[in-house]
Amino acid sequence: MADTIILEIARYSPEQDIEPRFETFEVPFRKEWVVLDALNYIKDKVDGTLTYRWSCRMGICGSCGMMVNGEPMLSCATFLSSYARNGSRVRVEPLRYFPVVRDLVTELSDFLGKLKRVKPWLIRKEELLLRQGEFRQTPEQLEDYRQFSMCINCTLCYAACPVVGLDPLFVGPAAIALAQRYNKDSRDQGAEERTMVLAHPEGIWGCTFVGECTRVCPKHVDPAGAIQQYKLKSALDWAKSLFLLPGPKKEKISGASADT
Amino acid sequence: MHPQTPNPNLYTEYHPRWYRRRVSTYWWVGQRQYRKFILRELSSVFVAVFVVITLLQLRALRAGPEAYARFQHRMQGPALMVLCAISLFFVVFHTITWFNLAPRALALRIRGRRLPDFLVAAPNYIIWLVVSAAVTWAVLR
Repeated sequence: MADTIILEIARYSPEQDIEPRFETFEVPFRKEWVVLDALNYIKDKVDGTLTYRWSCRMGICGSCGMMVNGEPMLSCATFLSSYARNGSRVRVEPLRYFPVVRDLVTELSDFLGKLKRVKPWLIRKEELLLRQGEFRQTPEQLEDYRQFSMCINCTLCYAACPVVGLDPLFVGPAAIALAQRYNKDSRDQGAEERTMVLAHPEGIWGCTFVGECTRVCPKHVDPAGAIQQYKLKSALDWAKSLFLLPGPKKEKISGASADT
Repeated sequence: MHPQTPNPNLYTEYHPRWYRRRVSTYWWVGQRQYRKFILRELSSVFVAVFVVITLLQLRALRAGPEAYARFQHRMQGPALMVLCAISLFFVVFHTITWFNLAPRALALRIRGRRLPDFLVAAPNYIIWLVVSAAVTWAVLR
């Protein structure tokens, strides 16, 4: 196996470039190195101006997401050895469909705004006093939402979803999965408040079920599953309302002022 | 450059110039999974073709033996044979891809455990087989 490997890295400097260009770097090839190690090597030894986000280097902070050979990946969990065969190159680009701030750094405020809109926190109609004790949950109730709670907001699912690219207003996979994480939590009473954002053409009905979000998710959250399950529930609720079956009461919810 | 004439391509301290790539109309061409998705969506056109052919067949059947013979003769033309073959392929593709996706939408739990995917997909296939067998029996008997 070769001693070095070639990385083609997208560079974009807003002061100088009209559009991104690729720069080629040759770095030592080590079996235990991930793409992030190679980027750190470049920044330390070759070009200190290379800009990218990273923090934990162990797949939990969700900041080092990049396109590696056209696939959204966590660069801390993508081994160079998977690409080293036949002298192939590793092409590293910023996550697709996001505006690029510089080099491999994407702009996240749109995503964070969408995340906030689905109210990803426990909503109670009435807050109980501390002395009334804790909310108890059975292992089965925990299992209902546990998978969706594993999201690390790495935004790989947004880079995998063509609807995100084609319709900038689409709430997107991670935000909907996180909304479902709270909807399915036995302690939460805010499902009705989230319906306004979710059961909407820019919410679940914007999803065309490409399924790529689930495939690329490094934490196996299954956002596509969360969206389809919500679609089914939403359609059933609508069908029930046609037959005038009593639905959940539309009452004003007072205990949800966490928005401000 | 004079400050009164701002250049949109110029970086300014508080308004960094982000780069946004336009999504091409042919975004689905470059990646295998995207092509498969487009094929799956496109297959619904052929499902519609199949439905139209079946409706025409029923209409011919209702109009009597002569009309039905004419319909059968017309369907044996090479162009319609090719259309039917392509439609059959896409109808089968459509059915299989959607049946395989059913477990994503149905998170059924029995005694607190989520039912494995194949158990959610299996009833669809069984019903498909039973209905197909019943139709085959009704046509060929």
